[in-house]
Amino acid sequence: MKIVAADNVFIFVSTAFVLLMSVPALAIFYAGLTKVKSMLNTIVMVMVAFGVVSLLWLMYGYSLTFSEGNGFIGDLSYLFLHGILPSDPAPAAPNLYHYLFIFFQMTFAAIAVALMAGAFVERMKFVSWIVVCIAWATLVYFPVAHWIWGGGWLSQLGTLDFAGGLTIHETSGLGALVGALLLGRRKDAMMLPSSLPLTAIGTGLLWFGWFGFNGGSALAMSAQAVSAAFVTTIAAIVGGLVWMGLEWIKFKKPTSLGLFTGIIAGLATITPASGFVDIGGGILIGIVGALVCFWAVVYLKNRFKYDDSLDVFGVHGVGGMVGALMLGFLASPDIADTKGLLYGGGFGQLWSELVGIVVVGLYTVIVSYGIFKVVDLWLGLRVSKDDEQEGLDETIHGEKAYVKEY
Amino acid sequence: MKKIEAVIKPFKLDDVKEALSEIGITGMTVTEVKGYGRQQGHSELYRGAEYVVDFLPKVKVEVVVPADRVDEVVEAITQAARTGKIGDGKIFVMDVEKVVRIRTGEEDEEAL
Repeated sequence: MKIVAADNVFIFVSTAFVLLMSVPALAIFYAGLTKVKSMLNTIVMVMVAFGVVSLLWLMYGYSLTFSEGNGFIGDLSYLFLHGILPSDPAPAAPNLYHYLFIFFQMTFAAIAVALMAGAFVERMKFVSWIVVCIAWATLVYFPVAHWIWGGGWLSQLGTLDFAGGLTIHETSGLGALVGALLLGRRKDAMMLPSSLPLTAIGTGLLWFGWFGFNGGSALAMSAQAVSAAFVTTIAAIVGGLVWMGLEWIKFKKPTSLGLFTGIIAGLATITPASGFVDIGGGILIGIVGALVCFWAVVYLKNRFKYDDSLDVFGVHGVGGMVGALMLGFLASPDIADTKGLLYGGGFGQLWSELVGIVVVGLYTVIVSYGIFKVVDLWLGLRVSKDDEQEGLDETIHGEKAYVKEY
Repeated sequence: MKKIEAVIKPFKLDDVKEALSEIGITGMTVTEVKGYGRQQGHSELYRGAEYVVDFLPKVKVEVVVPADRVDEVVEAITQAARTGKIGDGKIFVMDVEKVVRIRTGEEDEEAL
């Protein structure tokens, strides 16, 4: 296969879209939900995670994820991108420049880690966060992405994940849950949004970026890419409306935050299935994603009292797993070469997805626990009580989001 | 001279200001304050979790007037700020010993 110019244009633009999802979309989405006194810290946590993981990607992340290695992990043949020329075709997608493939996948690795920050806001030591980013990308994201996307053992088993429902949303969601449990509850464990309009802008920019995230995951300017972006938008719309409707019925008020949260739940849930399901599948995934994530955020969290502060597990973790499972039912032969249960494909795909979800989940929980435990013993995960109450913007960064003149 | 402090609902500030200028009160000081009385707090809902706001935002209007105009001013504020619902606020009246206009050095009622 030759380098295809149109594909490179599309993936180059998609790379910028996915970058926009972290910087600034996710950062301001989260910051708007953070208390005023710590909103800059939230922004910095996301952006620093993006930066640190991107550098790891160039050093050894790409190599561990996408070189041949064994079923569990890649080798070091691309260490520091050794021996790769800008004009080379990518082994995983020969229609694309190798550099572009590395660049595009870098933004995925980076956002996977940055996503977790939402569960730790307003109380985490900054240096510990950086160490967690390094350890977690290395020990969780790179191996799991290798299993599914890098030719590892789950891909040989047939587990599909179009744009990162398992590799990104499930891993970051479960990592966030484990980390939140070890960090403990904030002294003031409630959501007091500093700026819901900021969260609204973040929602819109994330949605926009998801065109590159899901559409770009086709790795070509193909009909599948268009379909993936289309069903992604449909799932977002449906997710937002369903979530708002549930609140309206249950709490008598349709909140703006409910609408934003439902949109993100729809986007996260459709992610693994986006290149395999049709419009009808997208609508169904939007509905189920909103229902299940709503249950996780409103009931599960309050029942067990873990402080997953901005619902990274409840929205991304749960959404990613539900979406991967639904792909086993709804994958349509009109979109790609995969038949789900409802299209007469039998239980095969569903089984592969289930194995993927369970194994990735167990592995993520165990390794994340080890990472957070070690960092806690070594550096401590939490800031002091006084610093937490005063706010992390002042105590960690020496700044304020909004400065009064006198 | 008396100082009248009225703690009112923020959205009633324009009405109160208009009512006071209609009876010839030409100056006032306004502060955003927070507090609660019988109204207690109210609750907000974020992702299904209830957050109880104890201190409600109010506006405090301070006016200093000659003693013989107190009743008239209190009446004007009361009329303008009333919605009839809980949380309309309170008015406090207290003595003022001395007033100085900084620019001219005028004192007391001449400085009002």
